[in-house]
Amino acid sequence: MGKAVITNQLTKKFGDFVATNAITFDVEQGEIFGFLGANGAGKTTAMRMLCGLLKPSSGQASVAGFDVYRQSEKIKQNIGYMSQRFSLYEDLTVRENIRFYGGIYGLRRAEIPAKTDQILAKLGIESVANSLVAALPLGWKQKLAFSVALLHEPKIVFLDEPTGGVDPITRRQFWDLIYEAAHQGTTVFVTTHYMDEAEYCNRVSIMVDGRMKALDTPAGLKTAYGVDSMDAVFQILARGTSTK
Amino acid sequence: MNRFIAFVKKEFFHILRDRRMLLILFGLPLVQVLLFGFALTNEIKNARIAILDNDKSQHSQQITAKLLASGYFQLRENLRSNTDIERAFRRGLIKLAVVFPAGFTADFEHGRNAQIQLLADATEQNTAISLTNYASAIIRDYTTDLNPTSQPPMVIDVRSRMVFNPELKGAFVFVPGVMAMVLLLVSALMTSVTIARERETGTLEVLMVSPLSQGQILLGKVVPYLLLSFLNGCIIIALGVFALNVPLNGSLALLLAETLLFIFLALSIGIFISSVVETQLVAMFASLMAMLLPTIFLSGFIFPIESMPKPLQIVSNIIPAKYFIAIVKGIMIKGAGLRYLWQPTLVLVGMSLFFTVLSLRNLKPRLS
Repeated sequence: MGKAVITNQLTKKFGDFVATNAITFDVEQGEIFGFLGANGAGKTTAMRMLCGLLKPSSGQASVAGFDVYRQSEKIKQNIGYMSQRFSLYEDLTVRENIRFYGGIYGLRRAEIPAKTDQILAKLGIESVANSLVAALPLGWKQKLAFSVALLHEPKIVFLDEPTGGVDPITRRQFWDLIYEAAHQGTTVFVTTHYMDEAEYCNRVSIMVDGRMKALDTPAGLKTAYGVDSMDAVFQILARGTSTK
Repeated sequence: MNRFIAFVKKEFFHILRDRRMLLILFGLPLVQVLLFGFALTNEIKNARIAILDNDKSQHSQQITAKLLASGYFQLRENLRSNTDIERAFRRGLIKLAVVFPAGFTADFEHGRNAQIQLLADATEQNTAISLTNYASAIIRDYTTDLNPTSQPPMVIDVRSRMVFNPELKGAFVFVPGVMAMVLLLVSALMTSVTIARERETGTLEVLMVSPLSQGQILLGKVVPYLLLSFLNGCIIIALGVFALNVPLNGSLALLLAETLLFIFLALSIGIFISSVVETQLVAMFASLMAMLLPTIFLSGFIFPIESMPKPLQIVSNIIPAKYFIAIVKGIMIKGAGLRYLWQPTLVLVGMSLFFTVLSLRNLKPRLS
């Protein structure tokens, strides 16, 4: 299997400020890759470069086998994206949102109704299919946004702090959806600052001040730093302090 | 293409679901045109006047009757003394007082310099000037009617004719002005707000990650408003022609084409605004400040550009509405064709290109 994401010395500078400093890593296909870091550590910048929203200052990167400099249009066709703000239109109904995103991702008109029913059934929200998204509870919006991001069956889905502001049970349910997607072969690239979520990832990278300080499985990281939780690993790396 | 259609469809949902937006879109032009057309008019009808007749002669009676028969004046009261005049003005009862001095008839009939005094309330200076002009003309008329043959030698007979608008109707001025204002406001305000909203809610980011190109996104934003604003323009023209009797002497096709051009300019300004602001609120204020006020004050819509101080006259050259108003007046009232209107048309084309290029350059880095 090829790699879903490859980066080599990927760097982004804004003037004198180096937001992402020469990061190098690979993401396997079908992997759940956790991208951790404090606010301002450079996660969002790195993710935006991979999604084609930002041009890198230097270094190489490819996403789904396409080069970020020259083939950003190809990349866009092959990735899904969900931001922390869920990115659904509140004044459109659930059905209309699905139809809209299906439309802009070039799904054939005939396949959209079936896809829509499939999503509604999977999330168990048939009853609100024709309600405005504004009326849905946060957890539902979030799951719907995730399903919409997967609508065009992308090879990789980028999730930018997808679980902000929801309760632990809803977060758990959301992760079930992530596992299911990964199980079907979709690569999941997820940023988060919840350390319990870091435990759910296959591999985790931790960014501090624009640099990638660590990259391993959660178990591997805990062993390497001699602690028993991801939270402790993060404390050591990000704050330079030990909780022990 | 299907992607684009899906996008435009979504925009229509936004517009049709937002009652406030609909109200601004279609309520505003209706109210403006009818307000300016019927209520806010500078034509003078039935101005209240007072007469102080110290002569009490046949002449003074006939002149009074002639004034009142003109339709411009309405007799509020007959005064008895000079002190009454001041009282009537102070209380705001009258706009004009006509004073016949004692011995008016004697002077008049003996060829001496007979005088009538007109006193006007100049707190409204334009009204005062118009009223005294009307009254003078009517009185002059009376004297020439009386002695048509005995004209003194070497008289220059000045005859003025109001070309294009013989009845001096206010609607002729206001309809093009309102049209410019409404189209500019609706198009620029709506597009800038709708793009700012997508930025605020984070959906713009998702659109940028999608396979839609930047051009498709912008065009998708512009097309619905282009259609709706064009519909708006047609409504205003129809109201002007059928309800306010503004003539349509020139080509309707040219008028519609120019309207479309102006809407496109307004939309490109709207996109430009949205490319430099962060939130819906700022977009709204920027549109109002940058569009509404200059359009009202500096486009010649309400205040003639010729009577502005030099610096403001120069500033008025960058107000798009100035050119559009000139074009609409030219087509509707003067019946002018592109041969006479190519200059303002070219200015509008130039401005559209300028803002389109500017916003395209601005938007790209701002989206990321």
